[in-house]
Amino acid sequence: MKKIAETLSVAAAVLALAWVIARPAGSAPDASLAKYSVGSEKAGYVYLDPQLRAMESDPIENPGYLWVDKGKTLWNAAAGSTGQSCASCHGAAEQAMRGVGAAYPKIDPQSGKLVDLEQRINLERARMGAAPYAWESEQLLALTAYIKSMSRGMPVRVAVDGPAHQYWLEGKRYYETRRGQLDMSCEQCHGQYAGRQLRGDVLSQGQTNGFPEYRLKWQAVGSVQRRFRSCDTKIRAQTLPYGSPEYVALELYIASRGEGLPIETPAVRK
Amino acid sequence: MHHLHAACAVAFVGVLLGAPAAASSAPALQYTVAGDGIPHSLTGVPGDPTRGKALVADRKLGNCVACHQLPLDAPFQGNVGPNLAGVGSRLSVPQLRLRVVDMKLVDATTIMPAFYRVAGLNDVAQDFQGRPMLSAQQVEDVVTFLETLK
Ligand code: HEC
Ligand code: HEC
Repeated sequence: MKKIAETLSVAAAVLALAWVIARPAGSAPDASLAKYSVGSEKAGYVYLDPQLRAMESDPIENPGYLWVDKGKTLWNAAAGSTGQSCASCHGAAEQAMRGVGAAYPKIDPQSGKLVDLEQRINLERARMGAAPYAWESEQLLALTAYIKSMSRGMPVRVAVDGPAHQYWLEGKRYYETRRGQLDMSCEQCHGQYAGRQLRGDVLSQGQTNGFPEYRLKWQAVGSVQRRFRSCDTKIRAQTLPYGSPEYVALELYIASRGEGLPIETPAVRK
Repeated sequence: MHHLHAACAVAFVGVLLGAPAAASSAPALQYTVAGDGIPHSLTGVPGDPTRGKALVADRKLGNCVACHQLPLDAPFQGNVGPNLAGVGSRLSVPQLRLRVVDMKLVDATTIMPAFYRVAGLNDVAQDFQGRPMLSAQQVEDVVTFLETLK
């Protein structure tokens, strides 16, 4: 599977590079930004260079679709001791998964715990008698991106009441706590100073409606938790392991901050 | 807006040693705050403005240009904080030293990191625990450079 991952990354890198070189500066169409803002909430798309916006919006040029396509294959592939595929139970993802990704993270009724989409996929794998996909594996990213893309354009809408409320509070606390040697919080960069220039970057509101997303820096698609870890690293803070409850709670809080923003997966970012 | 708040001024009258104790157990670094500044050099060795100029642009050390515009040749200067052109005539050397050492002693809610502080920080990554962002002499270098920005 490592092979596939590498092939996909290289293919994506070549695509991305060809796009950046081929496109004359300033010729990018100024896509309508209105649908990427809801009240004061703005998707990362709004803060993006016009060239990258155009790249994201064109399914041929957006390298993230290589992962989405791979996800479609996995959706239909039999796996595990039961010999079933996702499609065996759910049918076509276009119908069955419409709106699903927009509502995660969500309380798992079985365990009563908050789970994100990646964890939900692995719960399904367990049901099929298949081994869990590793975090940031090609397969988990591909299937997550595929499912999430079935909600493309639909508004983010997560439940934050009832049993989800304590997780939401925990996520909010993480978001607002200063940490690391630089002693900064998510809120300071993405709340207070969104729109300002931080060295080579324009700070966005740090919304998550486009994940898993393709980053030029990664030359690959990455999960939302990979992004959390890179921001925590930037402020020289300890990073949490993938799938840790604090990061899942943070996912919920940020999704609720961006409630109503359209799902953008697969987004393209610097 | 960038003046010392009245409440802080009261707290700093007299002598304060290092940063207030909090989450981490690292021993506080020693220096003496008087009024709105740190009057004495952290090392007794004069700062070097040329080294200071390099430090404010160095991504791994000062990286001040991440947030501030500065009159020097560095790409991608940020605008999270105020433009520091002329800061040497707005602020005295003790005031500059306090702001580089620990801006949070001037404005408790500021986003500006404390460059000479190890105590009271949260979840610091292993590699950076127990050491400040800049050494005492590097702070002096940066302050000496800022002083030249008249
Ligand atoms: C030092 C400032 C800083 C801090 C603190 C910070 N980030 Fe970021 N973050 C950035 C920069 C710069 C980017 C890339 C540009 C952008 O989208 O803002 C980014 C991007 C993001 C993105 C991607 C947004 C998109 O549209 O793709 C998310 C999500 C995010 N950050 C979440 C967080 C979270 C959660 C925390 C706290 C754990 C955090 N950030 C802390 C600077 C910061
Ligand atoms: C993450 C952002 C950030 C970084 C990095 C940063 N600063 Fe600041 N700085 C600020 C902000 C914001 C202010 C405005 C005061 C406040 O927030 O209370 C400020 C204020 C100042 C002031 C006071 C200016 C005045 O006119 O009163 C000085 C001096 C200063 N910074 C120097 C530095 C130096 C030197 C460095 C690097 C060694 C640095 N800063 C790094 C954000 C930053």
